Amino acid sequence: MQHIPVQLFALARDLAGAEQVTVALPEEATVADLRVRLFDQVPALGAVGDKVRFAVDQQYASDEMPLSGAREVALIPPVSGG
Amino acid sequence: MEHSTEETIRVSLTENAIDTEAILASVASPRAGAVLLFVGTTREVTGDRVTESLDYSGYQEMALEEMQRLADRAAARWPLSRVAMEHRLGHVAIGEASVAIALSAPHRKEAFEAGEWLIDQLKESVPIWKRENWADGTCEWVHPGLSSSTETSH
Repeated sequence: MQHIPVQLFALARDLAGAEQVTVALPEEATVADLRVRLFDQVPALGAVGDKVRFAVDQQYASDEMPLSGAREVALIPPVSGG
Repeated sequence: MEHSTEETIRVSLTENAIDTEAILASVASPRAGAVLLFVGTTREVTGDRVTESLDYSGYQEMALEEMQRLADRAAARWPLSRVAMEHRLGHVAIGEASVAIALSAPHRKEAFEAGEWLIDQLKESVPIWKRENWADGTCEWVHPGLSSSTETSH
């Protein structure tokens, strides 16, 4: 198992009541697995649910991307800068 | 917070007022026949709702990386001389600049195209979020595409 801290921002941070949530996943897990496990573990995040993207090492990651070796993982709700 | 790989591209985040004159001056180039400055400002009225102020929050390290990637892509696509992008973070009053993009290019057509592309892309992908502090005392994170069942009192 690997323990992956996931950074949260904006509404996701408020919903979870935390800046970061740690998720336990098998070594071969992908971003898709993380998505399922994170929303199981923190049901309150359901409100940002299917619109969120994940970033691995500060780049947007596809669902297929493996998480082994990731140094930094973040949940990115729809952005509203500008 | 600031990033600059080469002197041609400069991206930054600031909690202070954006100095649009400095941003504009920073892209001056003897190769340029066109210099463009876009300034996004905080709007008081959205639809029928009135905003009192906004708070911008960012995933700062990635926001800088993403701004740099966008500027690199723009510089690869159009013959730009220099590019500067700055985004405000923290509490911002109405009517202030929240983002500034300046660039210089040999001709105006590519300057306009690149400037429009950069602000469109920034709004799609740079991990920065605004929270509307509405005049009625509620506040709300803005997440385009999510339903607005997210209001809390402040």
